[in-house]
Amino acid sequence: MMLGEAGPSSKRIKTVENDDGIVKQLFTLIVDDDPIVCKIHSSILNSVGFIAQVASNGKEAVDLFRSGVTFDIVFIDMDMPIMNGIEATKQLRAMGVTCKIVGVTSRDNEAKEAFLEAGLDFCHLKPLTVAKVTPFLELL
Amino acid sequence: MDAVTQLQRQLVDYTNTLFHEGFLDEQFNQLQQLQDESNPDFVVEVVSLFFQDSERLLNELAKILEQQNIDFKKVDAHVHQLKGSSSSIGAQTVQRVCIAFRNSCEEKNIEGCQKCLQHVKHEYTLVKNKLETLFKLEQQVLAAGGTIPMY
Repeated sequence: MMLGEAGPSSKRIKTVENDDGIVKQLFTLIVDDDPIVCKIHSSILNSVGFIAQVASNGKEAVDLFRSGVTFDIVFIDMDMPIMNGIEATKQLRAMGVTCKIVGVTSRDNEAKEAFLEAGLDFCHLKPLTVAKVTPFLELL
Repeated sequence: MDAVTQLQRQLVDYTNTLFHEGFLDEQFNQLQQLQDESNPDFVVEVVSLFFQDSERLLNELAKILEQQNIDFKKVDAHVHQLKGSSSSIGAQTVQRVCIAFRNSCEEKNIEGCQKCLQHVKHEYTLVKNKLETLFKLEQQVLAAGGTIPMY
C-alpha cells in the first residue's frame, strides 16, 4: 500500500493507494461521550490527514457499522453510557469488523488489560496527541 | 519597543507563568499547535466548551452532595468526566483535585467529597480566570495588528 497526499485544496487529507491501485481517503471514527475530547481528538486526527466522524457512545458506533459505514481505524473510549467501549469492541469484532480499533482511556493497567482483551489492536492513555496517532498512518 | 511587541512580550510572559505555576501542562501546547488558519479559534472554542461543561458538572455535583442519600456512583461518574475534560485541555490543577475527589468517592467519605468539591470549584475558578486573561491578552495583540507568537 502506498501513502500519498491529495492536491492543494485538500492538502492535509492523506490518501492510501491499495494493491489494486485504487486511491482512497482515510476515515476514522472517534467514540467518546465527552464532546470536548471528541473535538480535540477530531482536530488531532484531521491534522495528520484523517477524515473524522464522531459517535457519542458504543451503541452509536455499533449502529454505524451495522448500517454499512466503514472506517479505516476507530478510536474508542472505555467509559461511556448506554454501551461502553469494552462491550462495543466485543460486538464490533463479533460482527466481523476487522479494521484497527484503538482504545483510548484514562484508566489504569487492569482496566486496560480487559479493554485489550475485548478485541483492541492497541490501547492508549488519554489524551491522544499528534505523536501518538501518527504511527497509525503507517499501518493503514 | 513598540506597542505590538510589548503586548506580545506580555502575552508570552503570562503564558509561561501559567505553565511554570502548574496551571497548564503540555496538553495545552498540543491545543495551541492544532490552531491554524483553517481553525483560527480552536483553542478558545475548546476551552469555552470546557467552561460550559465544567460548570454543568460542578452544579450537578453540588446538588447530589446536598441530598440525604448520596449516589456515589453518580458523583464518581461526574468527577471522572471532569477529570477527563480537564486533562484533555491541560488544566492540570483541576485534574489533580479530581483524582483526590474520586478517592473520597470510593471511600464513600461524604465530608471528603464535600471538601473536594470546594477545592475543585476553587481550582476551576482560578484556571478559568487565568485562561480568560490569556485570551484577553491575545485579543489585545490581534487588535494592535500583531500575531500570536508560537510559545
